[in-house]
Amino acid sequence: MSMDIFLQNIANSITLGSLYALIAIGYTMVYGILRLINFAHADLLMVASYIAFYGILIFTLPWYIAFAIAIILTTLLGIGIEKAAYRPLRNAPRISVLISAIGVSFLLENIGIVAIGARPKSFPRPEELVWNIQLGNISFLSLTIIIPVVTLLLLVAVTLMVKKTKIGMAMRAVSRDFETSSLMAVNVNKVITATFAVGSGLAAIGGLMWSMQYPQVDPLMGVFPGLKCFIAAVMGGIGSIPGAMLGGFVLGFCEVMLVGFFPGVSGYRDAFAFVILILILLFRPGGILGENVVEKV
Amino acid sequence: MEKNKRTKNILTILTLIVVCGLLYWSENNLNNFYIRVLNLAAIFAILGLSMNLVLGFTGMFSLGHSGFMCVGAYTAAILTMSPASKELIYYMVPINPALAQIEWPIFPAIVAAGLMAALFGLLVGIPALRLRDDYLAIATLGFAEIIRIVVTNTTSITNGSLGLKNIPSINSIWLYWGAAILTLIILKRMINSSWGFAFRAIRDNEIAAEAMGVSIFKHKLISFTIGAFFAGIAGALMGFLITSVDPTMFRFLFTFQILLIVVLGGMGSLTGSVISAIVITIMMEVLRFVEQPISILGLNIPGLSGMRMVIFSVLLLMVILFYRQGLMGTKEFNWDWVLRKFNRIKAGRRGETA
Amino acid sequence: MNTCTLRTDHITMEFGGLRAVSELSLEVAPGTIVGLIGPNGAGKTTVFNMITGVYKPTSGRIYFQDRDITGMKSDKITALGIARTFQNIRLFQSMSVLENVMISKHVRLQANLLEAVLGLPRYTRANHANYDECMDLLKKVQLDDVCHEAATSLPYGKQRRLEIARALATNPSLLLLDEPAAGMNPAESLELMDFVARIRSEFNITVLMIEHHMEVVMGICEKIYVLDYGETLAKGNPAEIQNDPKVIEAYLGAVDIDAEN
Repeated sequence: MSMDIFLQNIANSITLGSLYALIAIGYTMVYGILRLINFAHADLLMVASYIAFYGILIFTLPWYIAFAIAIILTTLLGIGIEKAAYRPLRNAPRISVLISAIGVSFLLENIGIVAIGARPKSFPRPEELVWNIQLGNISFLSLTIIIPVVTLLLLVAVTLMVKKTKIGMAMRAVSRDFETSSLMAVNVNKVITATFAVGSGLAAIGGLMWSMQYPQVDPLMGVFPGLKCFIAAVMGGIGSIPGAMLGGFVLGFCEVMLVGFFPGVSGYRDAFAFVILILILLFRPGGILGENVVEKV
Repeated sequence: MEKNKRTKNILTILTLIVVCGLLYWSENNLNNFYIRVLNLAAIFAILGLSMNLVLGFTGMFSLGHSGFMCVGAYTAAILTMSPASKELIYYMVPINPALAQIEWPIFPAIVAAGLMAALFGLLVGIPALRLRDDYLAIATLGFAEIIRIVVTNTTSITNGSLGLKNIPSINSIWLYWGAAILTLIILKRMINSSWGFAFRAIRDNEIAAEAMGVSIFKHKLISFTIGAFFAGIAGALMGFLITSVDPTMFRFLFTFQILLIVVLGGMGSLTGSVISAIVITIMMEVLRFVEQPISILGLNIPGLSGMRMVIFSVLLLMVILFYRQGLMGTKEFNWDWVLRKFNRIKAGRRGETA
Repeated sequence: MNTCTLRTDHITMEFGGLRAVSELSLEVAPGTIVGLIGPNGAGKTTVFNMITGVYKPTSGRIYFQDRDITGMKSDKITALGIARTFQNIRLFQSMSVLENVMISKHVRLQANLLEAVLGLPRYTRANHANYDECMDLLKKVQLDDVCHEAATSLPYGKQRRLEIARALATNPSLLLLDEPAAGMNPAESLELMDFVARIRSEFNITVLMIEHHMEVVMGICEKIYVLDYGETLAKGNPAEIQNDPKVIEAYLGAVDIDAEN
């Protein structure tokens, strides 16, 4: 592999890894608190992309307004989903809320199909954000720099919030011990709402950047990234935010490098992520950074 | 007490005779479309029953059913397609020579499909069943996807994404409903046996079950493998019904529909799964109309494709949020209930107090 | 015979940095009722979990009838003859009283799944035998009148008795009872005390019991171990324990005040 292509691959893996990391955080935060795999999380990617799409193309809004609206609405949707579909089942057997999550995910995807049509549409990349950069022999998109930078800023912001703010501390408390926290005057519902808000917001931003990087939007665009981001979160250590970040980057890196070095197996690209998942769940369920929790008998 | 048991057995046999009569009548009097819908319902009944065994009775949240269906469908298809068809269909990459000349009759092929699916069930179960609920769900989902991706890529065996066509077509209602009834009987006997109680104990309280001597892993594996077996059978039957299979048929969408059937019918009720399979299959056909453009009072309302799945998603959410036990909960249809109602009516008519 | 039914040799349980049980060596002689007491969080249920294979001891060994069972799986240990009840009642909620008890017989069923599904004689005979044994057992514990009721519909005291019956159905030599009198008033506790004493002789078993109700412990235990923060504080017969200053300071002192009130 020539140096140019290798650098290109490195750049791609950083970009992909950033996107995975952003979305994986949402999974890990929700799982840490509710022990729930929010199957609907990745579909928020799709929702944000479509809102921006319509904002720019149909309502001819400037991109920054369309993006802002997309992020806000998607965040509200995420919060709404928790209130409507997960909260009522908080005391039900675990399987019920998993089924509900699957139901919500399916609903979002199929509403997408009905409302927008299953055919992929081309996402309008804002010129201010997406342009070509030439460095010697290599040419790459501005996104290759913008996405990791934005991701990094967001990751720092989330980490600061979790470590320094009151709500962040509450989140950590609730994810450690749900029952005790609620007995100690922590408003668990507010914490959960905040968790979903942060996760959904990140998914929305991640979705918008995803659509700029891979400008094809369709109702099922969130399915595979979603699964992979969950796998990334597990890989890094489910429940751990730094773990999700790490897992996202590692998975993105491995995926790009695998296809780069072995183009013959690109058909198996998606299977690769699942194989990793299964290996981790079997041999190191705590992930790279996680810990093992023992069930109380 | 003995008289009651005999009465119940007679009633069961009578019901079977009535059902056979209905099948006979349907075979000869309904048009092909309705028969096809009924056959599809039978396949979904088998799928619902087998998933209920795993999810409803043993409490394992497995999302891998479509993978085992895929294995069964392809196994039966490859075994029963004529060599001439094979040569025709495998036009991009010729079929693996070992498989080219094989042509089995239907019944051995169906059994082989089930066994092959059961084998995969074993292979998937051994690693995956050590995991908890939510992880089990994702892991089995992953395995199903891996199976699908492998099928898409091993072109010399499966013809890859082109899929298989010209599978022998069977439209006899006896095959599909015979299989469904047989599945129901086998699973009913299993559930009411000592093993069925062990499965339910694992579902109710795994730790207590283990303390009572039930080997958790072994029993979970047995339940899972049997579930995979019947999923494979259903897959094989699917091939014979639509005469073509391809990897995109076995995406998660399929598992979702089976999940809906199990949840709607009641996780833990065999009769519930059969009833809801019939209901859902019929609904799927009836609801096609919302996806076609219709003309009311001169207004043209365009069809909303995908609307069916929206309705089904909403249905699943409604059931799981508001009516978690589904149609039948954990109750089965049994003759005691019928006899009691009958006796009460008899007593009422004679003017006696209950 | 001098063999102990149960003997633990310096077993220790560590969870991460936390030492739940520290170097516990206890001996339970056959046919006796031994008590395990101590404040909440002292590690008593952890000891049970180690004995029944739920946890593997970090160090030390456990011997059941002179056989090393350290780290064995729970279901194998049950098959060898140790049965237990749980601190929080763990009945099978979807099943009746009788069905709860019959689960325990499943492991001893002498037929395979195929025979069960086909309804072959070997299975039906074995199943009938199990049914009769379970009804017998329920008669002995006076639960036969409710045998077809849903297990969770029983009043609390009967549910506890059912849990014990279920454990007895596995034909154990050693019965581990985890706070069997929890949530009971003094009258019910005394009833339970008689019950445990009765089943000890009727079923010819050895009993190791965790309990907080001192009347029950002092009433039927022949030997008592006292645990505090995972360490063994004292061991001996009831009289010795009641007069041991360390025990009084750590544990019984508080209980005596309550008893006087």
